[in-house]
Amino acid sequence: MSRSSGWAREAIAVFAKDWLVELRTRVALGAVVLFAFTSVVASGFALEPPSGVPAEVKASLLWVILFFAAVAGLSRVFVVEEETRTADALRLTVSPAGVFVGKLAFNTVLMCLLCAVTVPLYLLLLEAPVRHWNLFVVVVVLGSMALACATTAVGAIVAKATTRGALFGVLAFPVALPPLLVAIHATKAAWVSENGWRVATGDLQVLTGFMLVIVPASLLVFEHIWSE
Amino acid sequence: MSNIAKALTGVWIAGVIAVAFLWLPPAQGFRSPEAARIVVFHVPCAILTFVAFLLNAAYSWGYLRTREPLTDAKANIAAELGMLFAVLATVTGSLFALEQWGSAWNWDPRETSIVMLMLVYAAYFVLRGAVEERTKRARLSAAYALLAFPAMVFLIWILPRIVESLHPSNTLFSRSGLDPMYRLTLWSFFAGLLAVFVWMFRLRLRVEIAETRLRQQMSCEPETTLTGAKR
Repeated sequence: MSRSSGWAREAIAVFAKDWLVELRTRVALGAVVLFAFTSVVASGFALEPPSGVPAEVKASLLWVILFFAAVAGLSRVFVVEEETRTADALRLTVSPAGVFVGKLAFNTVLMCLLCAVTVPLYLLLLEAPVRHWNLFVVVVVLGSMALACATTAVGAIVAKATTRGALFGVLAFPVALPPLLVAIHATKAAWVSENGWRVATGDLQVLTGFMLVIVPASLLVFEHIWSE
Repeated sequence: MSNIAKALTGVWIAGVIAVAFLWLPPAQGFRSPEAARIVVFHVPCAILTFVAFLLNAAYSWGYLRTREPLTDAKANIAAELGMLFAVLATVTGSLFALEQWGSAWNWDPRETSIVMLMLVYAAYFVLRGAVEERTKRARLSAAYALLAFPAMVFLIWILPRIVESLHPSNTLFSRSGLDPMYRLTLWSFFAGLLAVFVWMFRLRLRVEIAETRLRQQMSCEPETTLTGAKR
């Protein structure tokens, strides 16, 4: 079997293993979804009545909630390996690229699940005026994928540090900021703008471009983070 | 740096400051033409911030390739100096913004990007503080610096071009941008400041080397040596 399909197979194995572990304990899912749920409900209470709040504020708040929910759970996939002392076994059996791609896929799916739960609830509770539905869905999917891409390697760094505490949020924010800013801008376009697609085209390009840059960069440094 | 070079740097910077306040004419077309002189000091600080940031990324990359402890020390020093000049650039910029636009902070894309750069540095220092073991600290912080690099490239070079900015663009190199007298003074100040930058860098490096020697003599950590910690 060729080498490339080798790490793809490894990545799929890591991905499947991580979901199996996750579904047994549900730590990351619980942390992420409950965090998002709590913040959405709290925002709903705070911004009563929601009709008086400008759509721009609501669009920004949605992404702030999604970002902090991501911070609550996306480092879990690496931290769990260190905590259960299974990292060494994984290092012995799977190539670094396989590990990274598997964990990245895990985090991406986790982010999409988070959005699937949080975004409808948010739209309901805060009466968001969505004008362009397809654009909004594209922005949410691309934006959450970009957040997962930006923070997965940071999660690997945090798992290696001696004091983990609040480190992940501190480290993830600067790296995740570009997709966050762009996603907020595009969400505003999807909600308010007359011709949302034209306003948001550049944003969607930047989101895609950011992923195309940050994933290879992460892959490049991941080897140095992962191997002892 | 030799004593002559240090003395020359001092005289040079004093001279440029005198020129900026005494010889340079007030810049017309600004709300307060006298205050616009600050541009001469502000822009070199901002340029050096980004020079330091590029140095930090380059040394981080170099460290991951060679695993040379001294390269890690250099990356750290570049980040420290970058933080210093980022603060200087932000303070001088805010002073000017207060004079010119009536508010010290406008969330202009360049203002955003320098704050984010400071956040990256702060996160970098927090990470270095959070890892005990030296080689691991060097490895992780180098990896983080390289991860933050694409994000910063985006914020510094792409964001100001897609969002409207208060900052003029393309003033430094184009003929129509800046008054020639201003440009000359600005780059002269940059030369002086660059000399100070190099001087500080080398001083910090000497401190770092001395500390490492001291640690070795006390033989607390025999595994880290300055020249050959190849694993």
